[in-house]
Amino acid sequence: MKLSEHLSKELLAQYGVTVPVGRLATTPEEAEARCREIPATKYVVKAQIGAGGRGLVGGIKMAATPSAVRSEAARLIGEALVTAQTGPAGELVNSVYIEEAVDIHRSFYLAIAFDQHTGEPVLLCSDRGGVEFEQAARIDPGIVRQFTLTFDGSDDMAALRRFLAETGVSDNALEPAAELAMAAARAFFANDATLVEINPLAVRVDGAVLAVDAKISLDTNALFRHPEFEALDDGQDVPEQERIARENDINFVKLAGNIGVVVNGAGLGLATNDMLFDAGGDPANFMDIRTTTTSLQMARGATMLLQDPSVTVVLVNVHGGGMTACDTVAEGFAIAYARAERKPPVVVRLAGQNADWARTMLKDRRLPIEDFSDMSSAIARAVQVAKGGRR
Amino acid sequence: MAILVGKQTRVLVQGMTGRAGTFYTDLAVRYGSTYVAGVRPGKGGSQHIGLPVFNTVREAVGETNANASLVMIPAAKAGPAIIEAIEAEIGVIVCVTERVPVHDVARVKAALKGSDSILIGPNSQGILTPDACKIGVMPTADAAPGVVGIVSRSASLTSEILAQTTAHGLGQTTTVGIGGDAIHGLGFRTCLELFRNDKATKGVILIGEVGGTEEEDAADYLAATDYGKPVVALVVGRHAPKERRMGHAGTLSIFGLPSAAEKIERLQSAGALIATDADAVAPLMKKAIDGNS
Repeated sequence: MKLSEHLSKELLAQYGVTVPVGRLATTPEEAEARCREIPATKYVVKAQIGAGGRGLVGGIKMAATPSAVRSEAARLIGEALVTAQTGPAGELVNSVYIEEAVDIHRSFYLAIAFDQHTGEPVLLCSDRGGVEFEQAARIDPGIVRQFTLTFDGSDDMAALRRFLAETGVSDNALEPAAELAMAAARAFFANDATLVEINPLAVRVDGAVLAVDAKISLDTNALFRHPEFEALDDGQDVPEQERIARENDINFVKLAGNIGVVVNGAGLGLATNDMLFDAGGDPANFMDIRTTTTSLQMARGATMLLQDPSVTVVLVNVHGGGMTACDTVAEGFAIAYARAERKPPVVVRLAGQNADWARTMLKDRRLPIEDFSDMSSAIARAVQVAKGGRR
Repeated sequence: MAILVGKQTRVLVQGMTGRAGTFYTDLAVRYGSTYVAGVRPGKGGSQHIGLPVFNTVREAVGETNANASLVMIPAAKAGPAIIEAIEAEIGVIVCVTERVPVHDVARVKAALKGSDSILIGPNSQGILTPDACKIGVMPTADAAPGVVGIVSRSASLTSEILAQTTAHGLGQTTTVGIGGDAIHGLGFRTCLELFRNDKATKGVILIGEVGGTEEEDAADYLAATDYGKPVVALVVGRHAPKERRMGHAGTLSIFGLPSAAEKIERLQSAGALIATDADAVAPLMKKAIDGNS
């Protein structure tokens, strides 16, 4: 779960990270009024979206006066910003954050995350902070340096200062930068964050440091320890189909094609979609029925798929496992199909736990299914039907 | 022969008295595995489905010589339960629990350092040596003793491929699900090492997917090793859109997700045989093993 910029900064400030003075606004009028509360001679107006890369596509604008703030806010609010991280539809801007514009002497990138290999908490730092950082890091990951942190804050501060100095932080900024890094680490541990990212971390000529932009990702699996964030995890930022799926314990991603797929397990879901594409088909979705999904939840997921006007054929590919047996999926699918107004043709391939039982269940309920024993044949048939092949 | 678990394995179950714990312990015992104890704080001294229950892992190990643990504890308490098993010097710890907080898993990883315990998971379907030992929640109907080692990040796709190896007359030595979470215990690389040293294993199937760094680690290992056995790799998610996370929790994608195509290329140049799709895995392995003998 990603926190927006202003929530991330609010949280970081509670742990002692210095951030610019700012105000949030949801209308241009509010933006103009609220920026007057900021003691600044120049402002910056920032679109509040979850995805990064907004600076490169006009999502961050300087404004010299409150009326300029208003017109920049008017331009951003209600627009969808398309960045390198959003996908083609972009992300809708519902609010803007207005801050004092900061005189930046040097920009750093600073993040705290877990190392993928070792599972150790690490501080990542680069002297190439700013809007171009991600691109630069992709081309040359060597620009990012890594310092291993402790879980309990008992870090060797001299070693941390040495690390920051080697990364290029000037002598007069070492102490405040080290303190800021430790404050960010406290925020990371205390809130079950998966990522705390400050980019840019601005260093001023006088050595003062400031988190000019910040992004925090929280572990949704740890929300039980942080009820204060639960209200933020309302799923408003995900498409409706995906939200319904999530509420029903199904992982779902909408895709552009016309073959609806019902699959259990993420790996099998990816494998099925790969095979559909390879056979010349075009899946309408990625689905992963979770092991804990009930048949009723399954029915809601299937209903959503059957209602989708872009779906012209449904492929059910289930390998019943120790936890999700075929009959659970078949029962849920049969309930949905019986109730559905749209009844697209269905190609099924059932294997593993309770496959025979599931097949009998679908046939007894007179679902017009075509049944195959292996994946390749079922997929070839689904693609053929999707392309208008005769049934 | 097999890797990690076999007839010699004596399993205790942390969380055995719960609904899932009861169900999967019973299935594993019926399958012929040796389960010796359950652990449930406060219920020590009682019996549950024919097995003694202890308050702590250490007590259970002392009384029963258990050398493996199945952790079936809810996500909120799974991390501390694994650490308890590590401190009791359990050799193989299997955690099937999904959605364990990543900070808890990171602390578990720290506890693993300097210990001799091996953690499989979390979010793993478990480990299965056919007709000898099942620790986990995977189906066993299609499993058969044989010559192929399987290591995988996913569950249902593994069941699918396992069934195919049996149908092709290959069977399995051991099947390991390393789990779908970004941070986890045992990885592909160590599994490949173990399978290499296992005489009964004639070839290894590696099932990977988009995201994470497991496939890259495996490729680096294979490139630096004279492996001596065929490795068939299937990496799924070739057509997954880049900007969307599909599949398992995968990676903290600070610097972009490694694509399936990149992983395939890396594995291929390290000498792995690449299966074009899920149905091609077992035939490819059969051909490779038959050609080797």
